[in-house]
Amino acid sequence: MTYSQRLVNLLLGLAPIALALIFSTLVLVAAGAPPLEAYKHLLQGASESPAKIADVLVVWVPLVLCSAGLLFTFTAGLWNIGVEGQIIFGVIFATWVARNIYLPAILLLPLMIVAGMIGGALWGLLAGTLKVYGGVHEIFAGLGLNFVAITTNIWLIAKPWRPELGATMQGTDPFQPAAWLPRLAGLRLSPVSLLLALMAVVVVFFILRGTLWGLQLKAIGKNVRSAYLLGIATNRHMLLSFALCGALAGLAGVVQVSGVWGRDIPQISGGIGYLALLVTMLSGFRALGVAPVALFFAAIGVGAARLHLRMQLDPSLAGVLEAGLVLSVLLVAGLRARLLMPREG
Amino acid sequence: MTGCRLAPPLLLTREAMKVELREIRKYFGPVRANDGISLTVEPGTIHGLLGENGAGKTTLMKVLSGYLTPDGGRVLLDGKEGLFSSPAQAIGKGIGMLHQDPLDFPPLKVVDNFLFGRDSGFLQKREEARKELLELSGRFGFTLEPEAYVNTLTVGERQQLEIVRLLSLGVEVLIFDEPTTGISAPQKVTLFATLCRLAQEEGKSVIFVSHKLEEVLELCSEVTVLRRGKVAGQMAMPCTSEELVRLMFGQVITTRVAEEVSLGDPVLELRGLGVHTYRLDLSPVSLKVRSGEVIGLAGLEGSGQRLLLRACAGLIKPSRGSIFLRGEDMSGKSYQKFLDAGVAYLPAGRLEEGLIPGLNLAEHFVLARRGKASFFINWALARRDAGRKIEEFNIIGNPSTRVEGLSGGNQQRALLALLPDSLRLLLLEHPTRGLDVESALWVWDRLLERREEGTVILFTSTDLDEILERSDRILVFSGGKMLEILDAKRTNVEQLGYLIGGKRG
Repeated sequence: MTYSQRLVNLLLGLAPIALALIFSTLVLVAAGAPPLEAYKHLLQGASESPAKIADVLVVWVPLVLCSAGLLFTFTAGLWNIGVEGQIIFGVIFATWVARNIYLPAILLLPLMIVAGMIGGALWGLLAGTLKVYGGVHEIFAGLGLNFVAITTNIWLIAKPWRPELGATMQGTDPFQPAAWLPRLAGLRLSPVSLLLALMAVVVVFFILRGTLWGLQLKAIGKNVRSAYLLGIATNRHMLLSFALCGALAGLAGVVQVSGVWGRDIPQISGGIGYLALLVTMLSGFRALGVAPVALFFAAIGVGAARLHLRMQLDPSLAGVLEAGLVLSVLLVAGLRARLLMPREG
Repeated sequence: MTGCRLAPPLLLTREAMKVELREIRKYFGPVRANDGISLTVEPGTIHGLLGENGAGKTTLMKVLSGYLTPDGGRVLLDGKEGLFSSPAQAIGKGIGMLHQDPLDFPPLKVVDNFLFGRDSGFLQKREEARKELLELSGRFGFTLEPEAYVNTLTVGERQQLEIVRLLSLGVEVLIFDEPTTGISAPQKVTLFATLCRLAQEEGKSVIFVSHKLEEVLELCSEVTVLRRGKVAGQMAMPCTSEELVRLMFGQVITTRVAEEVSLGDPVLELRGLGVHTYRLDLSPVSLKVRSGEVIGLAGLEGSGQRLLLRACAGLIKPSRGSIFLRGEDMSGKSYQKFLDAGVAYLPAGRLEEGLIPGLNLAEHFVLARRGKASFFINWALARRDAGRKIEEFNIIGNPSTRVEGLSGGNQQRALLALLPDSLRLLLLEHPTRGLDVESALWVWDRLLERREEGTVILFTSTDLDEILERSDRILVFSGGKMLEILDAKRTNVEQLGYLIGGKRG
């Protein structure tokens, strides 16, 4: 590589960050906030105390789990938009276990985890089946199933799982103590969930990189017809990728109910399923990129809460900033392809 | 067929365009596709561009027609600077290219395709276009039906459509990239007549890209031979084919004669096998093939050969009849079962249905080891194995080369290298399409090795000589019917050509 090419590469690597900063600064100015002060609050809000850092990690865990799962479906060339619904079905299955089965924590928690993963996997498999056998594009299948899942959860909370006393839409009664993941003293963060997220990243990394199944998935993603002719069972592999993604999303759901909230609430997934799509894209669809990118997103999300307190900016600004970053990265990647690659008709 | 280079030049209404390429350079990573190529196309002539696969012919023409931006060099049109940044711009300046695979829109009608690329305002002037289309195609003796859908046309007709489309856009220079691949013998006659007319009567400059010596000899008044991205030489016609071969390869090569192989036990049996698709029905075919036999499937493109191959591969379910492999009824079984039974299918679209762009050679070899590969991949071992195969199959590349970076000939070698060691039935679509003489010979050497091991080979080809030379028996297809089974030794090109073209005139 020549010196000038290297320079172009370096500039293109920094360009998305610069572009995203310009974009967010414009957004902040438009919202009437002094940008520098806002950035300061954003950083401080995410890092000034152990409690804040723990809050960031609380968001990070489900985000990493879902993004790791998405690596399976993205590798197979599938746009699994249904992660949100898969989280919720993990929540529903785990909640059912927590409400109906009484065991010591050491048995109950693994049971909830397995149940949640099965719930997510089944919901993912449903989208996959619609895609593979029903000819329904996975984007529409996922989107439709998300609405069904959200509504199902709200119905469960409002009707069969309604607390004996009090309002109906707040959520279920708190779970029995055995159904709570152990937490660090005084924080909402569970070390178990942290461990699960790290394991998920490592396992997904090795599956995609070092196994035949991972390579076959990659082949399907790049050219499904050639993959089929080479003798790869494309339908089965696609279904399995949906199921595995769903299982990890379901696990994220278990962490949400059992580690963070201790009960089922209507907004239990909180848009993490959609955010995970952005994380995975920004990581360049690489397992090792998912962890840091998710951390960055979680920090912006938590820091934005402080923007709300101090500068009266709506916390949804976090989403705008994250989306701006993803769009910048995709834009620069597109420009790089135009500038550096040979142009073909 | 006779060439046109001796015909007297006619009075031109307009001065034709002179094209000069000066020191064109185009690199793809480390590959020097064009390494300082200069050539001049005299106005109103047919200029041949000859070279084996990967010599840089297509790259050079894509530079000229605005598809590729060169890394260096100049293009002069009638002495004026003419380097374009898009095909639309090039067409605007009078340069049009017919690509190897027609770049049209098959689900649309002929007249719609004719309208593309035209800057005639927002509303389409269909009626006008229709008249112009009929007028232009009439002038060249084409029979293009404006309201027909493009996916019902043959490759030759799609070429004709592209020619009249470019002419209607006012191009002065027409580039034909390997135009004779995939068209029938009668269509080739029409095409050559058209090329002569374009140069001599319409006053166009024509660049004819090919790797086929005899076509260049027949058609061109001057030829430039490329070898490995450089100009190997330039010749004015007439010259001998030996001279051109020496320029192309740097040596003279001779064809090896296929050995006699004694046929063994029956391997494949078709009993009234019929296929139904929405576009074409294949009428029932019955056939018995013994091990070691080579069967050529002849016919115009889209006459049912591909359906038969795909049915034998287990890729489409027959609508009637049955397929037996060594006595076992395979009808209705899955493609996986066919693979397990030792069937392999090599389609024509190498990067569409064979190789996986984005994956490298080592990854392909791991994927191809169906069932025999372990769940965890030992990449060091996989790379070593790939290296061995690459050497054995003479592929120019290394284990981490992505397949889309290989030339057409090397992609075909890679596909052959991916086949399992022992096969009962090998089905090939156009096994040597787009390959130069040397690569084509190499491919057939490999296939004949398979046959000596007892593999049954069924292949399609548009090259009648290839079918006659390589097959034991020939199945002739027309309009979804298998017309006849011929003994290759008792058939000649004229007979075969007549049978193929017979129904369609």
